[in-house]
Amino acid sequence: MKIPIGMEDGQDHPIPQKIQTAYPDFYIGATLFRGDLSVHIKKEGIVPVGMFLRDDPALDFDYPIHISSVDDMSGKGKRTTEDRFEMVYELFSIRKKHQVRVKARVSEQDCTIDSVTSIWKGANYQEREVYDMMGIKFNNHPDLKRILMPDEYTEGYPLRKNFPVQGRGWRDTFEFLDQE
Amino acid sequence: MGLTGQFEANFITLTVDNAVNWARKGSLWPLTFGLACCAIEMIAAVASRYDIDRFGAGIFRGSPRQSDLMIVAGTVCRRMAPVIRKVYDQMPEPKYVISMGSCATSGNIYDSYAVVQGVDRFIPVDIYVPGCPPTPEALLEGVLRLQDQIMKKKVFVAA
Repeated sequence: MKIPIGMEDGQDHPIPQKIQTAYPDFYIGATLFRGDLSVHIKKEGIVPVGMFLRDDPALDFDYPIHISSVDDMSGKGKRTTEDRFEMVYELFSIRKKHQVRVKARVSEQDCTIDSVTSIWKGANYQEREVYDMMGIKFNNHPDLKRILMPDEYTEGYPLRKNFPVQGRGWRDTFEFLDQE
Repeated sequence: MGLTGQFEANFITLTVDNAVNWARKGSLWPLTFGLACCAIEMIAAVASRYDIDRFGAGIFRGSPRQSDLMIVAGTVCRRMAPVIRKVYDQMPEPKYVISMGSCATSGNIYDSYAVVQGVDRFIPVDIYVPGCPPTPEALLEGVLRLQDQIMKKKVFVAA
């Protein structure tokens, strides 16, 4: 398949080559920036590719260092709502001592992605934080609820670019004062 | 004190007031309440080098029911606010509050959705100690100013 411009320079690396061979339908491209390898895949493939990355003996990515998300809506029209969000999975192999970054685009309209808690248990809280801050919902997550903000918080998702920095009044409302 | 606040304002109780206030100011029991980096300076103020115990405020309690001074040391997140209010309400009278550092006083640079812009928005504050974080000396100065305030209080006259 055709590799998008700017995503070719990681092609020669063995890890994206293995992913491309095993899952050509999900693979988009790979970038290498100052030694950091990023593999871009389609969001539908996050569970099979993750399972492959963990179980392949040559890859052996057993440790999810960090799972986060990016809101790329700059307001200058660079991105559309179709590819607004990006999930970022930072994976590490404790035995092989190598690292890879897996990225998958999520749209604003269908703001969901499959949970990887079935692959790495440690993804549980990290996905909850992404859900709390960015509003990306995780299918098949065992306990998807807010983790930093209170359960009854209704102002939205604070790390989205269209969220006002000062919030929407929650920090100045002290409802517990009225109950006395 | 069964007589606290029982008399009209024209009643003069200079000497007894003085004795009670002197006892109160020399026996402040702070509440352990560190919220952020200011707590480190508060801990330093308690330790031997600065020794807040010289001013009678050295025994930090883990329970609000045994304390009469709350030192709010650090950034007050909105989610922490009901907890602070509840802890404050559990402290027995008379009680005092020191707002330690820029964050507790005004939110400092954290003009964000999650940070309360000053702890005085939901509890009364007696002394504001500026600084980011304030030095232990600054906190000691705050305690001394609080003691000055306590000495000016009228104990037996109704407010």
